[in-house]
Amino acid sequence: MTDYRMHILICGGTGCKASDSNGIREKLNYFINEFNLEDEVQVVLTGCFGFCEKGPIVKVLPDNTFYTEVNPSDAEDIVKEHILKGRPVKRLLYKNPKNDYAVTSANNIDFYKKQIRIALRNCGFINPENIEEYIGRDGYAALGKCLTENTPEEVIKEIKDSGLRGRGGGGFPTGLKWEITRYVSADQKYVVCNADEGDPGAFMDRSILEGDPHSVIEAMAICGYCIGADTGLVYIRAEYPLAIERLKIALKQAEEYGLLGNDILGTGFNFKIELRYGAGAFVCGEETALIHSMEGLRGEPTVKPPFPSVSGYMGKPTNVNNVETFANIPVIINKGANWFNKIGTEKSKGTKVFALAGKINNVGLIEVPMGTTLREVIYDIGGGIKDGKEFKSVQTGGPSGGCLTKKFLDTPIDYDNLIAAGSMMGSGGMIVMDEDDCMVSIARFYLEFTLEESCGKCNPCRIGNKRLHEILCRITEGKGTLEDIDKLKVLSDVIKDTSLCGLGQSSPNPVLSTLANFEHEYLAHVNEGKCPAGQCKSLMKYEIIEDLCTGCTLCFRNCPVGAITGERRVAHFIDQSLCIKCGVCFDKCKFNAIKLN
Amino acid sequence: MDVINLTIDNKPVVVKKGTTILQAAKEIGVHIPTLCYMKLEDLNIENKPGGCRICVVEVEGRRNLAPACCTEVHDGMVVNSHSIRAINARRTVMELILSDHPTDCLICAKSGNCDLQNMAHYLGIRKIHYEGEQSHYRKDTSPAIIRDVDKCIMCRRCEMMCNEVQTVGVLSAINRGFNSVVAPAFEMNLDHSVCTYCGQCVAVCPTGALTEVDETGKVVRVLSDPTKTVIVQTAPAVRAALGEEFDMEAGTLVTGKLVAALRRLGFDYVFDTDFAADLTIMEEGTELLNRLGKHLAGDKNVKLPILTSCCPAWVKFFEHQFPDMKDIPSTARSPQQMFGSIAKTYFADKLGIKREDLVVVSIMPCVAKKYECGRDEFKVNKNPDVDYALTTRELAALIKISNINFRTLPNEEFDNPLGESTGAGVIFGTTGGVIEAAVRTAYELHTKKELPRLDFDELRGMEGIRKATIDFGGTPINIGIAHGLGNARKLLEEIQAGKSEFHAIEIMSCPGGCIGGGGQPYHHGNAEILKKRQKAIYQEDSKKAIRKSHKNPYIIKLYDEFLGHPMSEKAHHLLHTAYFDRTEEKG
Amino acid sequence: MPKIKLSDSTINIIKGICAEFQNKESELINVLHKTQVKLGYLPAEVQEVIARELHSSVARVYGVVTFYSFFTMIPKGEFPISICMGTACYVRGAEQVLSEFKRQLKVEVGESTSDGKFSLNCLRCVGACGLAPVVTIGEKVYGRVAPTQVKEIIAEYRQGNIQNDVKTD
Repeated sequence: MTDYRMHILICGGTGCKASDSNGIREKLNYFINEFNLEDEVQVVLTGCFGFCEKGPIVKVLPDNTFYTEVNPSDAEDIVKEHILKGRPVKRLLYKNPKNDYAVTSANNIDFYKKQIRIALRNCGFINPENIEEYIGRDGYAALGKCLTENTPEEVIKEIKDSGLRGRGGGGFPTGLKWEITRYVSADQKYVVCNADEGDPGAFMDRSILEGDPHSVIEAMAICGYCIGADTGLVYIRAEYPLAIERLKIALKQAEEYGLLGNDILGTGFNFKIELRYGAGAFVCGEETALIHSMEGLRGEPTVKPPFPSVSGYMGKPTNVNNVETFANIPVIINKGANWFNKIGTEKSKGTKVFALAGKINNVGLIEVPMGTTLREVIYDIGGGIKDGKEFKSVQTGGPSGGCLTKKFLDTPIDYDNLIAAGSMMGSGGMIVMDEDDCMVSIARFYLEFTLEESCGKCNPCRIGNKRLHEILCRITEGKGTLEDIDKLKVLSDVIKDTSLCGLGQSSPNPVLSTLANFEHEYLAHVNEGKCPAGQCKSLMKYEIIEDLCTGCTLCFRNCPVGAITGERRVAHFIDQSLCIKCGVCFDKCKFNAIKLN
Repeated sequence: MDVINLTIDNKPVVVKKGTTILQAAKEIGVHIPTLCYMKLEDLNIENKPGGCRICVVEVEGRRNLAPACCTEVHDGMVVNSHSIRAINARRTVMELILSDHPTDCLICAKSGNCDLQNMAHYLGIRKIHYEGEQSHYRKDTSPAIIRDVDKCIMCRRCEMMCNEVQTVGVLSAINRGFNSVVAPAFEMNLDHSVCTYCGQCVAVCPTGALTEVDETGKVVRVLSDPTKTVIVQTAPAVRAALGEEFDMEAGTLVTGKLVAALRRLGFDYVFDTDFAADLTIMEEGTELLNRLGKHLAGDKNVKLPILTSCCPAWVKFFEHQFPDMKDIPSTARSPQQMFGSIAKTYFADKLGIKREDLVVVSIMPCVAKKYECGRDEFKVNKNPDVDYALTTRELAALIKISNINFRTLPNEEFDNPLGESTGAGVIFGTTGGVIEAAVRTAYELHTKKELPRLDFDELRGMEGIRKATIDFGGTPINIGIAHGLGNARKLLEEIQAGKSEFHAIEIMSCPGGCIGGGGQPYHHGNAEILKKRQKAIYQEDSKKAIRKSHKNPYIIKLYDEFLGHPMSEKAHHLLHTAYFDRTEEKG
Repeated sequence: MPKIKLSDSTINIIKGICAEFQNKESELINVLHKTQVKLGYLPAEVQEVIARELHSSVARVYGVVTFYSFFTMIPKGEFPISICMGTACYVRGAEQVLSEFKRQLKVEVGESTSDGKFSLNCLRCVGACGLAPVVTIGEKVYGRVAPTQVKEIIAEYRQGNIQNDVKTD
């Protein structure tokens, strides 16, 4: 980024693209041409900035001015005012919600203050479609260092010393995994990047691939050098067209620059990377299932051992790491294990990326040091609960994880603490829930997901989860019994204890953790026929308070199913057998004449 | 060799590295229940998806329970196979399986022989605590096999048999999660698929999801019809297995009791398919010698190797999968069909009745025979040469419901003229038998000399593909043998590639040959049973006074009185057939 | 299942795709992806051709097609509607949005309207959690969708205000 006086970075993450960041780019370019600034200013569509809540985001360098919720129509002012006259466009600046002051620099925004960005270091800073920008930020220096200065053993030792653990969920020490694969002798080995991000509510892998594809490519090549593999495979979700596109561009550029292919950097090391597409199966996040899927088979997991490190893709030793894990590797090599392992807690080193979502003010992608507390994440970075509601729970680990309550807010986040608290790290989904969320429904939601995503190979997962889901449905419909709650516990334990793969072994976690922390909500559904959060439709009843109803007919006219009857100026009536509990009448009524039981 | 020391249920065990917990437990007599797991020792057949989770055991220091069938032992491992935790888990998993399984056991074809039922009994399941929605699928009835997929427990045995062993590829797991089940593509019916009806899926299905088409009712009806003469033929492999259905030791020969039982069931004549097997040897052996003779004389138009054609599943297999090679197999019909053809001509004439009034029933170790007798080319004016083919299991059921005490029956003799057979006919029931029988006759016809020995050990055994060279008086004849369609495929691909060294190849679809047929008493994964049946077959052969087909006096008489000579025009018409390209038939 | 007769050119397209992957059975998923991009869906007849070309069994191909939710044997509607059912969208009311779409279009998830205009599906997290709940129609993303908006959104397409912007290749 040397030749231009200024850069305008536009977030090209999925959220911002959905809000027309492409349109912003077109308009910006239009006005830049208009004022003949083509040689001075470059407009770059980058990867995700993380601050999705306030998207689309536009950032101006070198002054690091951070514009939020930008429209294409704002492009003219940005060029005329900011670029030409050096005056930031005030109305587009981020306003600190605490004092309403406009914040000019991204560095001063609370959302970013507590973050340390290692895996996301380049996301939002470089044009992911230009290898030179990656190289400009130390890109491929780590690969060069490894190939020319270090033996594979030395590199593996560095990774081991760094304490890096797999970011895909399991938390297995990455260096150890590489070492095991290195010492299995075989004529062919493979490096696989698991980019089949399937956790609903997590999109960090996608953001890294969209915003910084070269970091993954570089790390895979380093891994290949370490384990003795000349082929890498990226197993990527077909639903991620932008990530695929950018990865393809990056691969092509890396080949052109001699950073992939034969005799890389003249060291005699050969490494190539191919893409394999996932086709919508969450279970393929499991290593063995992923490998079967790459082999063109149904993505059914097989019993481990043998582990992929010994017998993986095409029966050959295969090292599988996920995107975020790989994205950490070049930094560890460049800055050293001792730099990396000072970040984090005793057993969990470095940072973790979380997709912060749900009932929180600042939805987005964040990266924090291990050991940051949930409170810091939710209140300092996340800006607290939306609409001033009460915090109820935070769900981590996706469908395999659990729901944590207030009492865990000051727990430092790391692999072991989350497990001890009855949840897990998972791939980094973090969904915040408030007082309006019914925890039984949440458990049911996750079970519905597991049910759909279970491969069907083993009985406990195939049938057991079906039964769990049926019981949860009964409870949310007010048909549950106390015996059902017992069954949930017994069945959950057996499913965890007997399922074949990680999916089944962790699928009851949402049930168990909500039972452990919110049993009173289950009991309210069962004993009193009530949903304390007012979410379970079957347990809800909209009724018209005759004394307050003026007979204005507004509810009558708006009811989508014709469940409301009544004459003008006469109190109306809701036929409960027809009511679908959509709540339209409740919202429309101007006289508070509709009550919700 | 690396050895592993471990403890199972407080007993120390020393086993080879790579042994599973299940095998190690077996070595010290600890029984760990299994459901999906199945291994046919020496046949290279193993089903180990690790999916049923019935065999889970507790391993000290391990977070979750371990599936014994596919967990390798390691040094210092401490296994508790029957801890409360393991037993509870096993029972709960069993309850889950049953919660998605119909409970019509009383009238299920598999009742009394069902692995699932036995397991429920073994685990003492009295109540299903987790009832809920059950899966429902359309029932599929084909000419030979019925699929009642509601009863599928996803053990994947059938899928493994159909794909890995038989390489037919009709069955696959489809869908996923609760909706997953094993089915043909697009859940189409078997009779629209490339299914060969070999019945190996039926042979290994632990439940009533795959069963044969039951025709016992139809047979009972014709037996009670006074206007019909009902005759029965019984295949060689039946006599070596039927006893198992009556709690007799596997490998007990029950030929005499079988004849007695059939007579008591009311069959007017009890004949032997072995007789037709001898006839097959006359035709097929002659065809072999003809083709061989031309080949040795340098005729480039004659194709070798010649392939046997006794097995209907094998015939359907190559009609679908290798239609370009349909002129290679012998044109000789199978013994079942030769019998039917002779019965409804030669024998009906002898009795002086019309073919329509003669009903031919066959007792077969096979489910594909049900399909074979329905093929159009084996019908005359829509009247089939063989009317009904019952499996060994169906016959056992008939005997049981007829209140016949099988074990105390006297030994009786087959009727004549279609009941006399040689040892060569008997060994048709095992892999290697057809070609050995053919060698015994072809050798003597070719060399005009008497064989110095009758036991060809080089042709016997359980290896999937076997090769031997027999010296035909100075002419070395290369013989290949394959059982299991996957093995057959390998030999066919060799022929296709022009790399085959064989003059003649015997192919049987089922592992072990007909003794392991899809219609035999269930082996429940015990390959020892197949070996014992094989032994019994050779034992019957060795006891026979005549052991070469061409020496069967009734065969000689049949040619004298009726057919003329092997490959005569009449023989061609009645005993030979043609094959069809079925590539377009699926879907 | 109604039988379709594939045209020679369609068969040749499929054959070409298989050849691109060296007719290798292990490339089945890549072949299915590419074929679905070209043809829009994977009816039985297409799977039969693929099985033949890859020397695989039709049952195996079908087993794979039915395993992965991305593959479909039903042609998608002119405007394929997908409701994000990721957790973030779920807690912000995606379920109510979905039931409103079902009610308005009178179809279940995985089905198409009888006029072939709309098909309704669920997907898991499009990565636009900041806009939850999210609905995608073709390539267009709708953020912060409320059940009350559903009717108008559908109407826009019904009236032809929005052209089909789904890429065909």
